[in-house]
Amino acid sequence: MSQSPQELFAEKEARVNTAIALGVPDRVPVTCMTGFFPAYYAKVSLRDVMYDADKMISAWTKTLQDFDFDTADNPFMIRYLGAIMEALDYKQLKWAGHGVDDMSGYQFVEGEYMKGEEYDEFIFDPTDFMIRRYWPRIFGALAPLAGLPPLREIITYSMGLANFAALGAPGMREVGEALIKAADAGQQMGMNAGRFAGVIKEMGFPSTYQGFTQAPFDTLSDYFRGTLGGMMDMFRHTDKLMAATEKMLPIMLRLGLSTKQRGGTKVFIPLHKGLDGFMSNDQFKRFYWPSLKALMEGLIAEGLIPVVLWEGECTSRLEIIGDIPAGKAVYHFERTDIFKAKEIIGGQVCLKGNVPLSLMVTGTPDDVKAYCKKLIDVVGKGGGFILDAAAPADDAKPENLQAMIQAAKEYGRYA
Amino acid sequence: MSQQQLVEAMSTIKEQEALTIAQDMVNQGADPFSILDACKQAMAIVGDNFAKGLYFLPELVMAGQILMQISELIKPLLKEASSSKESLGRVVVGTVEGDIHDIGKDIVVLMLEVNGFEVRDLGIDVPAAKFVEAVKEFDPQVVALSGFLTVAFDNMKKTVEALKEAGLRDKVKIQIGGGQIDEEIRRYTGADDYGLDAMEAVSYAKKVVAGGVQ
Repeated sequence: MSQSPQELFAEKEARVNTAIALGVPDRVPVTCMTGFFPAYYAKVSLRDVMYDADKMISAWTKTLQDFDFDTADNPFMIRYLGAIMEALDYKQLKWAGHGVDDMSGYQFVEGEYMKGEEYDEFIFDPTDFMIRRYWPRIFGALAPLAGLPPLREIITYSMGLANFAALGAPGMREVGEALIKAADAGQQMGMNAGRFAGVIKEMGFPSTYQGFTQAPFDTLSDYFRGTLGGMMDMFRHTDKLMAATEKMLPIMLRLGLSTKQRGGTKVFIPLHKGLDGFMSNDQFKRFYWPSLKALMEGLIAEGLIPVVLWEGECTSRLEIIGDIPAGKAVYHFERTDIFKAKEIIGGQVCLKGNVPLSLMVTGTPDDVKAYCKKLIDVVGKGGGFILDAAAPADDAKPENLQAMIQAAKEYGRYA
Repeated sequence: MSQQQLVEAMSTIKEQEALTIAQDMVNQGADPFSILDACKQAMAIVGDNFAKGLYFLPELVMAGQILMQISELIKPLLKEASSSKESLGRVVVGTVEGDIHDIGKDIVVLMLEVNGFEVRDLGIDVPAAKFVEAVKEFDPQVVALSGFLTVAFDNMKKTVEALKEAGLRDKVKIQIGGGQIDEEIRRYTGADDYGLDAMEAVSYAKKVVAGGVQ
């Protein structure tokens, strides 16, 4: 007796949403943060999928035909980046064919894209700072924007009209051409993301998340100040760092809330710089947690579900991070002691994870199943748990991903 | 201004205070080696606090920043004085091929250096052959391989194998470290040890040079 895609979709969606609401579904949901795994699995190059939407869709749907996950990642907004990054001469990533080989995932190029002395300018007008200072540094094709006067000074007939002259400066025509190319590529990205969402829905798969935002501190540290800059600013620019984080909060919140306009409910929030080792608990409580908590609460208040990926380890933060509305979010853990997490915050937030990648890449299916069984028995007890890999499964062995799915089906039934 | 005040300021990560004290010591004609010695003492306290879980990466990074600035300050004074510093041992460090992450590696290099090791830092995205070459030239006791991505697993393994093929495997101990590294990956790569943070790199290297690792 086979189910229709609509029935499958409804069943999977209910399974996952019940777990998120801390209820007991029919069985432990299993999903996988696949990363670039589908490309490796379908034996197409990463370069191909980053530039060719058809190849991306075919690799990802092949994976979903063969792996019965309860949700699927839509790769387009964070992986179909080739054309747009090329149009803009994007500097913050090395990607397949652009600094790394055709089979390698993209890697972030750490840097101080905003200097410590520039905090005041950022805090005064973040958008202006981004357009005239930050964009020229991260997009080679937009470098001439650095010569523009502030656009906020173009106000009315008596104020600022002459500023349009700056748009005629050398290189601005090429900026215009690059922006048109980026616009086309951006439209392709959005269109194909929608196309993929339609395809997987037809196959019976809900998507894992439909929107993306980041913790305000992370956005500042990851992309503007750099990891080291963010760390040093806690000592050197304490007040400004806090002011800039506050400024970033509504920007990140609105970005997350835009998920709702697209009809989505789940917002992916990968976390980077607040993890164990990257700061003390005191620093976490002062610089990182308040704006992250406010971001999550803001999303939850609008009916959205933060799907938070705590990369690395955050076992030492467990006593702090449970302080959010119950049953309204997902915490995906990588190296955090998820068993301890179950004890401390399991009554507050749905836990997800955390089959180690070391096991997925180098272990056997039996190893994987044994680990999953333990997760299911302990963390899955009483519901509120989704089984997943600890981190993007890029080069996991296919048989190990299958073992994870089998484990959920074999051991994960709630009688 | 005294050596002890410098140790205190630096080990509690008071950057401006530490720099002012160091400058005053220089102005008063203090022996540059006494300033360096204070820095070493401070770094030892910082490392110790890190190992105890009182300090984290931001404190290590800031202590490194303070150390760098004070070193610049006293460099001209050290020029005449002989710089024949005693080395505890030699370590080759690098992020393996295919991986461009450098923050963890840089902190490992810093902590090894302040703890008296001579370090050859090969940088990031380092092919196996370059490690082999460096081991031949530099004759280290320890090779430390860094990698944050899962692609690093295979390239660490390749590097270990390349050292083996070059007949150098028995001459060095190999430690790996980085994001996803655990005992499973240590076994997979054929390395001798894995470390979770910079101080584990220091304690392992110390153990190796003391002959405590078979």
